[in-house]
Amino acid sequence: MKDVLILAIESSCDETAASVVKNGREVLSNVISSQIALHTQFGGVVPEIASRKHMERINPVITQALANAKVALADITAVGVTYGPGLVGALLVGVAEAKAVAYGAKKPLVGVHHIEGHVAANFIEHKDLEPPFVCLIVSGGHTHLVIVKGYGEFEIIGRTRDDAAGEAFDKVARAVGLGYPGGPKVDKAARMGNPHAMEFPRAKVAGAPYDFSFSGLKSAVLNYVNHAKMTGDEICVPDVAASFQNAVVEALVSRTILAAKEYGHGKVAIAGGVASNTALRAAMAAACKECGLGFYYPSPVYCTDNAAMIGVAAYYEYQKGTRHGWDLNAVPNLKLGER
Amino acid sequence: MIILGIESSSLVASVALVADGAVLAEYTVNFKKTHSQTLLPMIDQMVQMLELDLGLVDAIAVSGGPGSFTGLRIGSATAKGLGLALDKPLIHVPTLDAMAYNLFGAASLLCPMMDARRNQVYTGLYHYRRELEVVKASCAMDVGQLVEELNGRGEPVAFLGDGVAVYDSQIRERIAVPFQYAPAQSNRQRAASVAALGAVYFAGGKIEAAASHVPNYLRKAQAERELEEALRQGKTGELAAGHSLGPGGAW
Repeated sequence: MKDVLILAIESSCDETAASVVKNGREVLSNVISSQIALHTQFGGVVPEIASRKHMERINPVITQALANAKVALADITAVGVTYGPGLVGALLVGVAEAKAVAYGAKKPLVGVHHIEGHVAANFIEHKDLEPPFVCLIVSGGHTHLVIVKGYGEFEIIGRTRDDAAGEAFDKVARAVGLGYPGGPKVDKAARMGNPHAMEFPRAKVAGAPYDFSFSGLKSAVLNYVNHAKMTGDEICVPDVAASFQNAVVEALVSRTILAAKEYGHGKVAIAGGVASNTALRAAMAAACKECGLGFYYPSPVYCTDNAAMIGVAAYYEYQKGTRHGWDLNAVPNLKLGER
Repeated sequence: MIILGIESSSLVASVALVADGAVLAEYTVNFKKTHSQTLLPMIDQMVQMLELDLGLVDAIAVSGGPGSFTGLRIGSATAKGLGLALDKPLIHVPTLDAMAYNLFGAASLLCPMMDARRNQVYTGLYHYRRELEVVKASCAMDVGQLVEELNGRGEPVAFLGDGVAVYDSQIRERIAVPFQYAPAQSNRQRAASVAALGAVYFAGGKIEAAASHVPNYLRKAQAERELEEALRQGKTGELAAGHSLGPGGAW
């Protein structure tokens, strides 16, 4: 059978990325141009600046991805692109570019849901992993617990009622002076701290055992920090970071394990930027081992935004016959499972 | 020589193919659909109608700004993607220059103006001697100041662009020189003008690589302006703390 080569493009937030993926599982190239340094001075991603930077980087990133994979555009089977969810201005750059590249090269176009891409990141390094399995998707914009029933087929069983897990990390990091990006900085600070120094609240959502809520936890941390400021007490940043992170991790792990037991698939995967958090990985691994569940997680480079994961998701969509027209638009609030 | 023209700097979406001094096809839509939905399908329909292989174009001329930031990016990314796939150079045609080219040969001063909000317009001033000459390069300015400047020049002027309807009363109130508004067929952006002026640039070797093309926004991003202002006043802490994040996180 002829190899299927996907050229994938991702620009939904602050990474401009392109990748070539062979037969859905083999990453031939994975080029990521990160803008983190640029946005740090603003304390977060500035959409207009992200969009402008994507314009500068997108062609070189695509050319590099083809060169690293040692393939010509003519050898590509189809072009995959993230069309939502994300920042609309940022998405539009990738979508317009991908459509024009596909049109100019006379290749079919496959639009990909960004979160489907995150889930698909697990297929890159775990050649044996196949649906069904339970997957926890955690990032700066998303916190979902889903049953992956088949390739590109999801049942959402839990979601956050307020802040995304990564968003809580960013806000707490800013409050304790760690700055942006909050996730990796809290993770690092927490390694030197005591996770039980303070007991921050773990919220449960009544009647929804798989849902999350992080706003109460975030507020508790912010109140703690503000109170210390007012009374002139010095806060121990590693302890606050570790205690906050412990509360988040506990909420994420307990619900994921509950879902795995209930839905009985014996396999648990994690995805999204927060999936690169070392405490989450360690706690989930321990909990899965204790319960006899298989645990799958991508390398950090495939957890944060990248185009390889979009290429994997696009491959399975392509095989199912999904093709998008030249009128494909960016959909900033695209729902999981929506086409 | 065949030039593909792409124009999406305002509400108007327009594409054209211009070959050796004639328009082969032009497709212009002034409608609420987003450029993301219209631009490439319009190119596709034009190409199919002409039974043309897009690989035969010599270069892609794109209306390079100023204008709607998002609109400019959709046009530029479309041009960059086609340039990458077809291995063709791009031609950056300033949007207001191309608009002035709509009224080639006019005797009066030409003043294209695009609504830039906040009582400002993106504008420039042009006239024809032997060819299009830029009297005042593209800028964002207050409508009142623009009219004062025109009064100071004392020449008859022709206005065009979507800023005309928006600031009609202010223009009529203050203007002291003879003036006219361009008619419907030439008072908005047109890709045929972008491609035709692009052909002139192309002949003069004014091309750029698809990889390096970016729009000329004329304005900085709001967050950049705020940061610069905060730095001037030594208040960066407040700004960083008060800045809201978009969705799709920073991890």
